[in-house]
Amino acid sequence: MPKYLSQLWIVALVLAVAAPWLISSYELSLLGRFLAMAILAIGLVLLWGEAGILSLGQGVFFGLGGYAIAMHMKLVSLPEGELPDFMMWSGLDALPWWWVPFANPVFALVAVVALPAIVGALFSWLVFRRRIVGTYFSLITQALALCFATLLVSKQDVTGGFNGLTDFKTLFGQDLASPGAPIALYFVTLGFVVLAFLGARWLIGSRYGILLRATRDGENRVRFLGYNTTPYKVVAFAIAAALAGLGGALFTLHAGVISPALVGVVPSIEMIVWVAVGGRYSLWGAVAGALIVNFAKDEISSALPEAWLYVLGAVFILVVTLLPRGIAGLVRDLAGRRALVATKPQEVQK
Amino acid sequence: MNAALANATPADPFILKVDGITVDFDGFKAIDNFSMTLERGQLRVLIGPNGAGKSTLCDTIIGRVRAASGHVWLNGEDITALPEFEIVRRGICRKFQTPGVLPSLTVRDNLALAARRDRRWWTGFGHAVDATERVRVDEILAAIGLEDRATTLAGLLAHGEKQWLEIGMVVATGAELLLLDEPTAGMGPNETSRTAKLIKSLLGKHAVLVIDHDMKFVEELGGKVTVMHQGKFLKQGTVEQIRNDPDVAAVYLGRSEREEA
Ligand SMILES: Nc1ncnc2c1ncn2[C@@H]1O[C@H](COP(=O)(O)OP(=O)(O)OP(=O)(O)O)[C@@H](O)[C@H]1O
Ligand SMILES: [Mg+2]
Repeated sequence: MPKYLSQLWIVALVLAVAAPWLISSYELSLLGRFLAMAILAIGLVLLWGEAGILSLGQGVFFGLGGYAIAMHMKLVSLPEGELPDFMMWSGLDALPWWWVPFANPVFALVAVVALPAIVGALFSWLVFRRRIVGTYFSLITQALALCFATLLVSKQDVTGGFNGLTDFKTLFGQDLASPGAPIALYFVTLGFVVLAFLGARWLIGSRYGILLRATRDGENRVRFLGYNTTPYKVVAFAIAAALAGLGGALFTLHAGVISPALVGVVPSIEMIVWVAVGGRYSLWGAVAGALIVNFAKDEISSALPEAWLYVLGAVFILVVTLLPRGIAGLVRDLAGRRALVATKPQEVQK
Repeated sequence: MNAALANATPADPFILKVDGITVDFDGFKAIDNFSMTLERGQLRVLIGPNGAGKSTLCDTIIGRVRAASGHVWLNGEDITALPEFEIVRRGICRKFQTPGVLPSLTVRDNLALAARRDRRWWTGFGHAVDATERVRVDEILAAIGLEDRATTLAGLLAHGEKQWLEIGMVVATGAELLLLDEPTAGMGPNETSRTAKLIKSLLGKHAVLVIDHDMKFVEELGGKVTVMHQGKFLKQGTVEQIRNDPDVAAVYLGRSEREEA
């Protein structure tokens, strides 16, 4: 890749840091929200790009992270001894036991990543140890997303039902309505994006990353080199789930709401589209994909509210058939073409 | 018989004992009460017409296919029911009939993955490559003649190079017993003869079971030949004996006559 392209990240980072002074506060809140989603996309590069595991259920883990932080914020805003509004309307007279620990801020914070990671690890272990792979695995993850969203809606008295959880006031003693809050939140999100990016890059370059790619290429070959492939895949799934949870929690803070409509089957497919558009083998591609698709969605659905799902489907089909490595692959091919003519042929042939 | 096998002492010269294996694919016996033994560090060539059950035998030894009856013993241990990766860790590695290299890894990473001593999953993070493993990979790169291809993606190699790389990977695991399923498939005469030399250089340190159809290659390898036919043991002997054996000629001839008909 030419040098100027590999240095582009500096420009991107400078722009991201300067964004609060460059764009309107509405745009900043959108950007923060989409950056939170980019954290989930980074997890998908690891899971889908590197390990070749297509999960159509990332919304579940996004939701677990989002609900974990939302439950905490609901609880801390309550006067002593009261229940969240929707519970009272449903006639509940005591807090369900599993809500109780979320009042503790440390527990809630840990749960944001630990809950999706544990659920993801258990779920994927049960499936992978039966050697269910490929399309069958993807279908099972989609079923998981369907179950999760359905459960959230049907258990309205303890989940807030279709409306989800909203109306948050403070987080860790900070007033969410204060003028500095959006900018602080933006920088926290940006920081996590950078951390997730660097962490994922480190993992991809590690021996673990090599093993994931090897498993994607030939799971049998790897098994017959003496590796038990199941735990490697479970770890990849759990890390992607944890990143989805972190993204979900940050999204919930930006958006001020988490609801079943954000975590079900369709949002889970959208998450795959972000990464397919950006390029699933590229970390920056996935981040760019999450931003581009979501900004496009915002534009399109405010202009033509009905059109978004059609556009989404069309984009997905186009990308899968014409650009299997997404925008990142296209950029690499275009930028690399000149270099390729000069150096590659001798190497490729022989 | 089983008790005697189980009590194998280090003096027992056999690394592998296949004892009365039967493999049943929905009523079709791909392997039918087949037995054989292989001594440590020795070469054995397994031949037989298409569909004789040679690949299926390899599959059974490494646990990819489960036998309906019979046992496989490695160094006196019954490995018949172990999971695949455990069987490999006990010291058997196999080259598949269609090259099983990992295309999006470099040649070096393919070998390094195979050479990794500690294959427990929780030790697989981090970037450091063990120095002895690196030396081992360099040795094997030299042995298979792919030193100048070390940083090439394995998917870009020529067919013959892929075969060598996979042989190199099998060797790199340090397994005591190597199963090579048609290592010369798709190779020209020069490449085939290089492969024969490569395999012969492995003997002593490794026991090698080679499956192949090419009689010139089998001759070049030398060593004992076992003939399989319709899942059953047919004959065993030197290349010379097998070549002149009327029963062997009959099964090969019978097949080609049928094919011509
Ligand atoms: N998974 C399977 N299910 C059903 N039948 C199978 C299966 N695998 C192999 N067979 C059959 O078992 C028989 C033995 O096959 P195998 O591949 O072991 O033969 P082979 O000796 O390796 O032949 P070749 O020289 O063509 O590689 C064949 O008739 C094959 O069709
Ligand atoms: Mg075969």
